[in-house]
Amino acid sequence: MNEKRIVIDDKKINRRRMYNKTGQVLFFLSTVFGMIVLATLLVRIFTQGFDYLNWDFLTSYASRRPEDAGIKAAIAGTVWVMGITIPVSLVLGVGTALYLEEYAAKNKFTHFIELNLSNLAGVPSIVFGLLGLTVFVRTFAMGRSILAGGLTMSLLILPIIVVASKESIRSIPQEQYEAAYAMGATKWQIIKTVVLPAATPGILTGAILSLSRAVGETASLLMIGAMAFIAYLPDSIFSSFTVLPIQIFNWAGRPQAAFQSVAAAGSIVLLVILIAMNSVAIIIRNKYTKRY
Amino acid sequence: MQPSIRDLIKKNKSKSSSVNITERVMPIILLLMASFSILVTIAIVFTLLRETIMFFTVVPIWDFLTGTEWFPFFGNDPSYGIWPLVSGTFTIAAIAMIVAVPLGLSSAIYLSEYASEKKRKIIKPILEVLAGVPTVVYGLFALTFVTPLLQVFIPSLPIFNALSPGIVVGIMIIPQVTSLSQEAMNAVPQAMRDGALALGATRLEVALKIVIPGSFSGIVSSLVLALSRAIGETMIVATAAGSTPRLGFNPTESIQTMTAYIVQVSMGDATFGSTIYYSIYAVGMMLFLFTLLMNIIASYFARKYREVY
Amino acid sequence: METKELTKSVYSVTDFNLWYGQTHALKNISLDIPHKQVTAIIGPSGCGKSTFIKTLNRMVELVPSVRMEGSIKYQDRDIFGAGSNVESLRTEVGMVFQKPNPFPKSIYDNIAYGPRIHGVKDKTILNEVVEKSLKGAALWEEVKDRLNENAFGLSGGQQQRLCIARALAVEPDVILMDEPTSALDPLSTAKVEDLIQELKQNYSIIIVTHNMQQAARISDKTAFFLNGEVIEFDATEKMYSNPQDKRTDDYISGKFG
Repeated sequence: MNEKRIVIDDKKINRRRMYNKTGQVLFFLSTVFGMIVLATLLVRIFTQGFDYLNWDFLTSYASRRPEDAGIKAAIAGTVWVMGITIPVSLVLGVGTALYLEEYAAKNKFTHFIELNLSNLAGVPSIVFGLLGLTVFVRTFAMGRSILAGGLTMSLLILPIIVVASKESIRSIPQEQYEAAYAMGATKWQIIKTVVLPAATPGILTGAILSLSRAVGETASLLMIGAMAFIAYLPDSIFSSFTVLPIQIFNWAGRPQAAFQSVAAAGSIVLLVILIAMNSVAIIIRNKYTKRY
Repeated sequence: MQPSIRDLIKKNKSKSSSVNITERVMPIILLLMASFSILVTIAIVFTLLRETIMFFTVVPIWDFLTGTEWFPFFGNDPSYGIWPLVSGTFTIAAIAMIVAVPLGLSSAIYLSEYASEKKRKIIKPILEVLAGVPTVVYGLFALTFVTPLLQVFIPSLPIFNALSPGIVVGIMIIPQVTSLSQEAMNAVPQAMRDGALALGATRLEVALKIVIPGSFSGIVSSLVLALSRAIGETMIVATAAGSTPRLGFNPTESIQTMTAYIVQVSMGDATFGSTIYYSIYAVGMMLFLFTLLMNIIASYFARKYREVY
Repeated sequence: METKELTKSVYSVTDFNLWYGQTHALKNISLDIPHKQVTAIIGPSGCGKSTFIKTLNRMVELVPSVRMEGSIKYQDRDIFGAGSNVESLRTEVGMVFQKPNPFPKSIYDNIAYGPRIHGVKDKTILNEVVEKSLKGAALWEEVKDRLNENAFGLSGGQQQRLCIARALAVEPDVILMDEPTSALDPLSTAKVEDLIQELKQNYSIIIVTHNMQQAARISDKTAFFLNGEVIEFDATEKMYSNPQDKRTDDYISGKFG
């Protein structure tokens, strides 16, 4: 009996091999599926919007006629909003990360901040929009302005910037701290002269990636009331505004097929901007990582 | 004679109290910054709570939680029963999960167990791009490509339906499922795989019997997070799912999700202080609670799998 | 300068105890470390020698669970005393580590780091300091034409001498060295050892080493640590030729460690 048990059954082995092969093919096809979808999406958006994509499209305001419509105000709005979002989210995000990594004791309060940040990261952006609408637009009476939109967006991407900054700070080897401490540097001097210079590339990479999320973000700004029909450029942070994704959403919702093509043209511009931002982030990451 | 550095340093030390002040003030400033995130959470909860309570002074909370009709725009006889919106939200989430779970997990297994380092290096950035496509572009894609495509197979499918945005939301969350699950699978020690492989197990058997059980809580965590994102997704459904609150699970009909309702109201001109205005906060509160619950469950499972290895 | 003349020992340690959490890492240490000499600290790994040297400039306090008892006087001042300032102490007591740890900055900025954080900004003074320190660390000739290049481009041995130069830049009295040659090749090690002999003219040097030959070659006095205790502390020559304790003899003759 015992001998029989260890007799190797060729048929069985072949079957197991076949399952393995089938599994591998299926898993591979599933992986490829995502890429096919991405390719389809890009090709589709590109062919759909290509005819409307020209210099006039970039330099015209929105219009009731699809052939005259452009994204001048939307691009300006995006730039203005980022002008608020970048400094606010960077200062708050890096500050938070520095506190958590350099100063915070491992206590309940620190744990609570970390937990809170990870929960904030999971709050749907439209809920941030409701917050912005109530707090910035109404309570602080900023109105449906660039300022309100930029601040809302800062809060939205804050958790991502904190996480990226923390990781970047944590990757600085202990020896660097020791070197500075041994020279008689104080904590803050070390942060200024060792931690921040070393962490900057990582922070920058994370910041650009999260900002690219902000550039494509629609729902929360929709709540703030970023209007889609604006035929002027913003002149201050209190101006009303629109941004590229909202302009796209607005066009996509029109019944005429021509406007959907205009939306696709806008999407091409948006995607190009995002791909450019991501490329910059990847270049920074590749150039500066693994130096120690 | 030149002054020695030592003396210079001593001189600087004796007069520089500014260094001391910075040392004391900076931690406090940074602490305040770190605490700011807590303030944001408090502000979210407080905002939602206050306006939701205002809403419940007009619409009884019981009607809101048990009502099966959502007709806020019926001039003199509106009804605010949340269930149709919840049902719409979960219809979308269910379709999305049906798409994302098998595809996302299969990719994760492929990347973690089969793919060479070289292939991984090509595939992962592509998935990152897929994850970085703005949802408004996905929405346009659902409305102008996926829906017409589906209509070829289901001729009766209306332009606005749950199926198309559901599928696209699923596609959108695939990269998240893949990368988080793969991370969990990577945490399974190589020695465990080697042990099984040395006994003659195939890669498939290792994946199904060693890696998946070994990373189970991590995988669950990634799925719950993905579900949370599907529930909170706004622009795809607002673009392609329509605005017909409907109770029940029928993917081929136009529906409305909680998020899409909030968008619909904010696009219209609901007067500040009207019942409709307050209703978006009540719906937002529901949304917040759902996603918070999901996040707590997800981090519970994530902690569990981190404890193992 | 005046205080130096008054005392012959730069550090005097009395009944010093240190714990990491529950682990008793240093037990009743009492030592007088001489001025302007090289004092070597030897012993098997885990004997507390690194902990001890890190206590001398209070770097050990970076470990969260550390607890200390007893007194350590640096030039007659209690280093843990109320009036003592840890940053000033570390300015007067430089340190060089096991692994070279230059900053990812230029060679110049590495040397100028210490003076700058202590408020010396004057360009001409900094230039002088950089040159003097690099010369002091026998590195000047090798790097004088590329002061603005990143310090990471130097070889391991050059990096370690750069770290010594960095410590010299603030003109300390004492230089602590924690196994400074353990990551270096024999040639670079020889250069650093020669340098230590040079430096002894102007500085008190305390060096931890697991290499007994090295201790014999470069030090004037040697302390043998075992399990957190000082077993023997004497003139190097005497200790190597005629150890008083059986355990020292065993260690030096290579019976354990």
